[in-house]
Amino acid sequence: MILPVVIYLFAVFFVPIGGMLGLAVRDDELAEVMPLTVTEIAKWDGAGLPGPTAFEAVARDLTTAANARTAGTPARRLSYDDPALRGVISTTARGLKGEFAEGTDWTTRLPELDPAWGQPAVWTAIDRAAGPYSDFFVLAALDLRRDAAGSLHFAPDESRLYLDVLARTLKIAASVTAICLILALPAAYLLKSVSTGTQGLLMIVLLLPLWTSLLVRSAAWMVILQKNGIINNVLLKIGIIDAPLELVFNRTGVLIALSHILLPYAVLPVLGAMRNVSATQTLAASSLGAGPVRTFFSVYLPQIVPGISAAGLLVFILALGYYITPLLLGGPGDQLLPFYIAFNTTQTVNWGLAAALGSILLLATLLLYGVYVKLVGADRIGLG
Amino acid sequence: MKKVLHWAALATLTAIPTAGIARDLTVVSWGGIFQDAQRTVFFDPFKAESGLPLAEDSWDGGVGALRSKAEGGDANTWDVIEVEGDELAIGCEEGFLQVLDPAKLGGIEKYLPGTASDCGIPANIYSMVMAYDTKVFTDGPKNWADFWDLKKFPGKRAMRQGPKMNLEFALMADGVPQADVYKVLATPEGVDRAFAKLDELKPSIVWWTSGNQPMQLLGSGEVAMTTTYHTRVGNSNKTDGTQFKLTYDGSMFLVDSWVVMKDSPHLDNAYKLLEFMSRPAVQVKWPEQLGGGVGVTEAQTMLDPALAESLPSAPENVAVSLPLDVPFWIANIDALNTRFAAWSGN
Repeated sequence: MILPVVIYLFAVFFVPIGGMLGLAVRDDELAEVMPLTVTEIAKWDGAGLPGPTAFEAVARDLTTAANARTAGTPARRLSYDDPALRGVISTTARGLKGEFAEGTDWTTRLPELDPAWGQPAVWTAIDRAAGPYSDFFVLAALDLRRDAAGSLHFAPDESRLYLDVLARTLKIAASVTAICLILALPAAYLLKSVSTGTQGLLMIVLLLPLWTSLLVRSAAWMVILQKNGIINNVLLKIGIIDAPLELVFNRTGVLIALSHILLPYAVLPVLGAMRNVSATQTLAASSLGAGPVRTFFSVYLPQIVPGISAAGLLVFILALGYYITPLLLGGPGDQLLPFYIAFNTTQTVNWGLAAALGSILLLATLLLYGVYVKLVGADRIGLG
Repeated sequence: MKKVLHWAALATLTAIPTAGIARDLTVVSWGGIFQDAQRTVFFDPFKAESGLPLAEDSWDGGVGALRSKAEGGDANTWDVIEVEGDELAIGCEEGFLQVLDPAKLGGIEKYLPGTASDCGIPANIYSMVMAYDTKVFTDGPKNWADFWDLKKFPGKRAMRQGPKMNLEFALMADGVPQADVYKVLATPEGVDRAFAKLDELKPSIVWWTSGNQPMQLLGSGEVAMTTTYHTRVGNSNKTDGTQFKLTYDGSMFLVDSWVVMKDSPHLDNAYKLLEFMSRPAVQVKWPEQLGGGVGVTEAQTMLDPALAESLPSAPENVAVSLPLDVPFWIANIDALNTRFAAWSGN
């Protein structure tokens, strides 16, 4: 009976995720277009320059590639390692003019086409990209590089990016979670306390945003928060501020909009937990002499912790994956990791790096989930 | 046995979508008012003349999008696409674009010099310019130094997110003559200089990503000036009654191309579409729509003189603008993208 579900999960969940993890460590693009070179480079001991057979293999591979118009692929792969190498491959492929002349001394001919062939740098880059598997993309996603000798270094300052982005992603998601929880507790309490009719109305108000397109909601926030937007105009009119506040295209805009979008996910689990708390218990606490503060912290709060946990976890994990809202409402310093995944997928075409970033986000999420469960206990997370 | 049946059913299900369902020739462009205009000038008249069915799709650029289509094999649904300069060059080099036969398209000499290449013919000629609201500045900015001058022209600036063209503008603002911009940018010191100049403006920059944002940002008063595609300015003035002004001085001259996906099952019809779109009599109707320039030399001479003067392809506008150096950007885009992302994020 459960087989369809298993197949479904397998096809739409495990296969794509497995594919992504695989893509992050697969590194066979160079080998596809330059198979002879990859075979020859494996025989090289890494000292000085490789032997004449490697030079000949490069010439053969690039001649074939130039004729098949595939030289762009190894050029792109090597440019991830060092941007200058894109030019080396393109120049050489063009210089060979699609004809492999037998008997040429390629150890002098290749450096004539591009002097880089006379230096070890390009050869070590080819060696590193020989595949079929490598840690290159995963390391790049952590701002790490491997040098010729194989030891790890941080990337130079001006190209260090992804560790900051990961930290920023976690920080923004945590901020949104905190804001949502602070707003969700009174909101859920209000929903629980009012009459059934009012509750229905408030519930619609709360859930309506969930049924509106994400893009529309983000764009609406842009209109509300901009320099001549509703909020600034009202505040200026009533004289609270003298100059418009900067509420959008920065962190403020992202936090406001993300908190609004994710608020229902925080309110509902908390509401569920609150409904399970019997009103007689708080009455009993008061009759036994506890003040309102004591009653809340000793009797009420412990019983709604599972709801709060579930709400926090839900909001946090959802916030990690937001792309369009920060894109529309934030500045470049407010983009989350998904922005860079999309950037590497469609703009720089570095799918290995995109997959590695995705894998790191997935692992970071699982890790945090694990830590959280360890701290709070799995049975303390519930939807009420 | 039951399990086997399930797997067989699944296999059949997943196999169906790729089982060669016949589809029509599909042309892909940039959507919105831009593609509406192309439909009026190119697509509908082509359908009427040839009697061929023509489907449409739209995209936002990116070599990655093209590459994933190409790797889709039979699942690829795109045939003729409008691409930017770097997508044309990389796509042609990586081999997922069709090498075109110039003989079927009227020969290379039919097009403005430098606009036709192995894999593409010009689709649109346009500029990245600076624009401002004449209601805010009666005597507006004249050049990039003015764009950087926050004292003389207070207010925020909107620029396209990414290093491309912004580094060129920064160098021009820093006093580098137009002719030397790429010479300077080719050196590490030149790149540092461009980023340092951008640093001056950084707190006042709002970054835009999609072509319709600049006019919204300018119209709502969020920014005082913006960089924008020139076509958007005239269109905004026409449809929204704004009084925006642009200047071609120091603008970037850009060419989009029509390309054909390699292994397109509709290659013959794709040629027919390209040939139709590059006829001077058809091309001449294009600038009337949005003010985009034409890539066919004969069409430029057939235009109404007043209109011809306002186009980026008009000789006096070409003289003061800088053509985008596509090979420079292909060689450096990855490194500069990363550097820009790190710079802008901190």
